[in-house]
Amino acid sequence: MKEEFNIISNLIEENTRVLDVGCGNGDLMKFLQENKTKDIRGLEISKEKVQNCLSKGLTVIEGNAESDLKQFPKSSFDYVILSQTLQAFLNPELVINELLKVGKKVIVTIPNFGYWRVRLQLLFKGTMPVTENLPHEWYNTPNLHMCTIKDFYNFCSSKNIKIFKSIALKKSRISEINKSNLNYKNLDSHLGIFLIES
Amino acid sequence: MNKNIDTKKIIISNPLKLDCGKEINNFPIAYETYGELNSEKSNAILVFHALTGDQYVSGKNPITNKDGWWSYVVGENKPIDTNKFFVICANVMGGCMGSYGPSTINESTGKQIGTDFPIITINDMVNAQYELIKYLEIEKLFAVVGGSMGGMQVLQFVANFPDKAKLAIPIACTSSHSAQNIAFNELGRQAIMADSKWENGFYSNYKLNPDKGLAVARMAAHITYLSEKGLQEKFGRKLQDRDSLRYGFEADFQIESYLRYQGSVFVDRFDANSYLYITRAMDYFDLSKQYKGNLSDAFKETKTKFFVISFTSDWLYPTSENREIVIALNSIGADVGFVEIESDKGHDSFLLDVPSFLKTLGDYINSTYKVINERRI
Repeated sequence: MKEEFNIISNLIEENTRVLDVGCGNGDLMKFLQENKTKDIRGLEISKEKVQNCLSKGLTVIEGNAESDLKQFPKSSFDYVILSQTLQAFLNPELVINELLKVGKKVIVTIPNFGYWRVRLQLLFKGTMPVTENLPHEWYNTPNLHMCTIKDFYNFCSSKNIKIFKSIALKKSRISEINKSNLNYKNLDSHLGIFLIES
Repeated sequence: MNKNIDTKKIIISNPLKLDCGKEINNFPIAYETYGELNSEKSNAILVFHALTGDQYVSGKNPITNKDGWWSYVVGENKPIDTNKFFVICANVMGGCMGSYGPSTINESTGKQIGTDFPIITINDMVNAQYELIKYLEIEKLFAVVGGSMGGMQVLQFVANFPDKAKLAIPIACTSSHSAQNIAFNELGRQAIMADSKWENGFYSNYKLNPDKGLAVARMAAHITYLSEKGLQEKFGRKLQDRDSLRYGFEADFQIESYLRYQGSVFVDRFDANSYLYITRAMDYFDLSKQYKGNLSDAFKETKTKFFVISFTSDWLYPTSENREIVIALNSIGADVGFVEIESDKGHDSFLLDVPSFLKTLGDYINSTYKVINERRI
């Protein structure tokens, strides 16, 4: 978690306007507030989590990214962050498009379904993968649209979304993803972090 | 009502032009304060009361001898902690607890003003209360807070005085009174005016009181403050002090007895004409219309931080209407937080012991106070 926060924080310039979509209990917001910028908002669907954030004095709105991002004007944030949430939406493509409208730049992190540990479970055990990063069983997972680093990379190229930076994370090892090492990074990383722009 | 009580009061000498066109001056605004203003004058919170509220937010209300109307929220060690904050609340213009209203005595005639009182608006109420803040020499409030009609005043206050509050918390309210809101208010007004003792609003001249009409108005309104589920769970079809139906029109059911009681205690503390004038002010409230149909424009000038709160079972000022305020604020990039609190206590939730509401509100106010103060250093 800490590594992911650090990477995200390093992608953000100081004193910019940030929106954290699916901000959960506000841990990332708090981290960025202490390290990068005071001007940070959150959007979260769970009442309980929204209340936790507000209790910490964080500016958070209870709402659903699929329907409530529309209310923000175009390019009203310097950065919009979607941390490990994309796979939980009914329509991830729509959400990405909304994020790209609201934010000048967008940071998306995805739990990589192409990670070898994940692949092995399906290959050898023949069951849906359950890992530290993806702890749910198939019948109770909130993750509707799992994807791999390669899937997301290809998605961006096919939709003409510019990738400014793509970073792979394995445990605490950080590396850059590029076209030539894509297959390897897709196999050997548990998390992908993308800085994109429309 | 205007019984001989020792209320804090200021007389506002500056002329105030009302929305109806009339200009008033030398009028009283009654208020109460709790806690102490710190030396930097940075801990003041202005609380706005709702339709039937008054300035007695906390502690014992000297008129009713009951707890202040927001005792769950304001007081020592409460979410708005009076050990820490200086809380101010004024009786709204049009009210009957010492501020300029229809029961104020006209000095030239020695009689109550009655329905010669001008029609007032939420805007007028807020402008009058701003005079109180000036009188108290508070340059900038830490927060303006209120539920229901109090929330409408919060919105109007920030629109009128964009740099006078750091934080605004409108709770369970709307930026524009809906047809349903107006309908219920009209029902209440008609009940009062249908009472033969109303005498076109000059009942005090005849030593009368349209208490039957006012009680019916209160009973109808009270239903709108609760939720269907809450009513069903609390009362169901339970009978009142009897084992079987009496085949008559007495209060057989507990809910009937409850409403009759609510009506009867209300008439002892509230003036019928005030009820007419204040409900009218609420009906006239349409903040977006004041800004040519664009609610966002009401908040364009402000840097005030907003926190909007609604309740799941509030059908009088439902979440959708509270959300419209959030949307308007978001569309201009204002600093706004929002949560809908789970509660089956209906619109009244903001006045009651709803732990998740009290906790979220208290934690938010306290951590925001800390953040804002730290930032200044």
